[in-house]
Amino acid sequence: MHDFHYHRASSLADALKALAAAKDGRLLAGGMTLLPTVKQRLASPSDLVDLAGLTELRGIRAENGGLGVGAMTTHAEVAHSPDVRKTIPVLAALAESIGDPQVRNRGTIGGSIANNDPAADYPAAVLGLDATVVTNKRKIKADDFFKGLFETALGEDEIVTAVHFPRPEKAAYVKFPSPASRYALVGVLVAKTAGGVRVAVTGAGACVFRVKEMEEALAKSFTADAVKGIKIPSKGLNSDLHGGADYRAHLISVLAGRAVTACG
Amino acid sequence: MPTVSMTVNGKAVSAEVEARTLLVQFLRDKLSLTGTHVGCDTSQCGACVVHVDGKSVKSCTMLAAQAEGAKVATIEGLANGTEMHPMQAAFKEHHGLQCGFCTPGMVMSALDLVKHNPSPSEHDVREWLEGNICRCTGYHNIVKAITAGAAAMRR
Ligand SMILES: Cc1cc2nc3c(=O)[nH]c(=O)nc-3n(C[C@H](O)[C@H](O)[C@H](O)COP(=O)(O)OP(=O)(O)OC[C@H]3O[C@@H](n4cnc5c(N)ncnc54)[C@H](O)[C@@H]3O)c2cc1C
Ligand code: FES
Ligand code: FES
Repeated sequence: MHDFHYHRASSLADALKALAAAKDGRLLAGGMTLLPTVKQRLASPSDLVDLAGLTELRGIRAENGGLGVGAMTTHAEVAHSPDVRKTIPVLAALAESIGDPQVRNRGTIGGSIANNDPAADYPAAVLGLDATVVTNKRKIKADDFFKGLFETALGEDEIVTAVHFPRPEKAAYVKFPSPASRYALVGVLVAKTAGGVRVAVTGAGACVFRVKEMEEALAKSFTADAVKGIKIPSKGLNSDLHGGADYRAHLISVLAGRAVTACG
Repeated sequence: MPTVSMTVNGKAVSAEVEARTLLVQFLRDKLSLTGTHVGCDTSQCGACVVHVDGKSVKSCTMLAAQAEGAKVATIEGLANGTEMHPMQAAFKEHHGLQCGFCTPGMVMSALDLVKHNPSPSEHDVREWLEGNICRCTGYHNIVKAITAGAAAMRR
């Protein structure tokens, strides 16, 4: 790992200042993705700006019937929060399914969605539950946030401060985890929300996406049978040593059916 | 070079380190606490698990600077003089190790589990060990040791 300057930011303004002054600065949250990346020299930032000291980015609050989750809230905190378990249980279960206990003790929701790994779990929750990403500058609807492979709507000088999740009527997340890392080979979140039924798929494509055809079918009949038969074209889906594109396409239909059943 | 200060196994420590120094390098190279191992160095194996402010973390995936001001606990801090901690004793009793390379991480991870779940079932233990890899034992005796260690700690 190349050396870098380390800053522990004392406020959002301080973090932005350090970032602006750096040649190639990066924000550091849990470090569970960024530090392995820097170790492998896939990134060689000149400066790391640690957000750990910003208590205002931590914690879970009840907000307009839903939940506001601070960007620096760890996966373990979301998984064990009584508020999350009561209000949006699918979110607690999804957080609990990430990686292993030590990854969950450090990794944060802000880091996960800013990174937008194609196999990450949180993007499915943010998109499937129609959440809003709050930054130091603006509010971004989930549909406008995830742009492509490791790409989001975030600007260079933009920091995620929180994610607001409205409470769904029903929701379930089912993933086929990689047996080694627990990342999603494919993960499907199905939710009945105030704005209609949403189906979000992670792991299968370059970036999390919705399946409109399944959403329309479920709006007519919210049953596993309504989606099981819908075939997803494998063109453009991920193909790697874990599974081919055809296999992933097949998994989407199977897991979507299971998620509907799990909604009860 | 920046200076980092923290408490390790109850003792205040401080040292000058490069910003890129990992917590595990700080423990092993600066403090000579070599009980914490590096297996993979890629955040997968859990040989480097220590506690930071009471939570188990992979010390190969944390900068020493991120632990500034924290309370760190390592395998060296568990025994009371020559008397092993009940979890260490259980690993010995139940042959929860062969080469022993993964053991410090296994024990530190197990102690975090027992903190939330004082009576873990076999299933709970196996799920919890997701981030701890052992090349030798086949896990069976590790699981037995942790269940027994948890029982001994309840006594
Ligand atoms: C062994 C292992 C297994 C894993 N398994 C899974 C899994 O099953 N599912 C899964 O989803 N993930 C998994 N992960 C990834 C994990 O969830 C990471 O914690 C997460 O992807 C990144 O969060 P972080 O807080 O560690 O971010 P960091 O690594 O600190 O940062 C990641 C990126 O986000 C940027 N960033 C961080 N915070 C902000 C912010 N507030 N605003 C703007 N940008 C920001 C950083 O600059 C960096 O580019 C795994 C990781 C490991 C090491
Ligand atoms: S050495 Fe840290 S996880 Fe393997
Ligand atoms: S005892 Fe050898 S790696 Fe676990």
